[in-house]
Amino acid sequence: MAEKPEDLNLPNAVITRIIKEALPDGVNVSKEARRAISQAASVFVLYATSCANNFAMKAKRKTLNAGDVLSAMEEMEFERFMEPLREALEVYKKGQKGKKEVSEQKRKDREKKTDSENDKSREEEEEEEERMDEEPEAENEAEEEDVEN
Amino acid sequence: MKMSQNTPDKDDDQTSTNKKSLSLPTSRVRLIMKSSPDVSCINHDALFLTTKATELFVQHLAVSSYTNRAGKETKSLSYSDLANTAEENDTFQFLTDILPKKILAGDYLKSLAQLQEDEDNADF
Repeated sequence: MAEKPEDLNLPNAVITRIIKEALPDGVNVSKEARRAISQAASVFVLYATSCANNFAMKAKRKTLNAGDVLSAMEEMEFERFMEPLREALEVYKKGQKGKKEVSEQKRKDREKKTDSENDKSREEEEEEEERMDEEPEAENEAEEEDVEN
Repeated sequence: MKMSQNTPDKDDDQTSTNKKSLSLPTSRVRLIMKSSPDVSCINHDALFLTTKATELFVQHLAVSSYTNRAGKETKSLSYSDLANTAEENDTFQFLTDILPKKILAGDYLKSLAQLQEDEDNADF
């Protein structure tokens, strides 16, 4: 739980790095501006959470899920984030679930075969992705239980 | 010496970029989310997406404010550039409370005096 108000701030070093990477080289960002962006980011989290929570409540769910967050982005008129977010989630899920299986399989494949057969393993990856898309909702629900706190 | 030695390295690179797909700590984002009283549970995907969205938001706010900055000749981003963006850009409207425009005390007093005068005139 948040005991100190500072706990609700995002780490300055990371915020500064994200700003620097987004802007052209050599741009000077004042300390005040950095602080303001950091605070704005915290407010953004709260606003997004509140919007997402409304969607969850409408659906009579207690747990916020990915769909709620994406709907919140649309409601907040940040549609521009939706596509990059979907892509990032895809990569994240792949990393989470397929991490062991995929890398072990790849390693085995590569040990046996030569580089010229890389195309084949790429096809296998794509199959993996499709399987994840078909994953039933029920499984997600079960996962949510574990995530509480 | 062999190609097979290169491939495991590539694998390691991929997993490390997966880990680095987020810059902000999810633990802190979760704490902010949980500070909202109505929120009970957040699943992994929702936490991931909110964290990622916050990163995109920081980029978007910085770039919009920089493009929109007043002093185009300088390569700098100031507080007032952010306050202006919050006021002028509809999607950033929710920030106007925490990014108020700064005005000089003298100007504020003048506008107060002006208001007072207008009221006095209206009385007649």
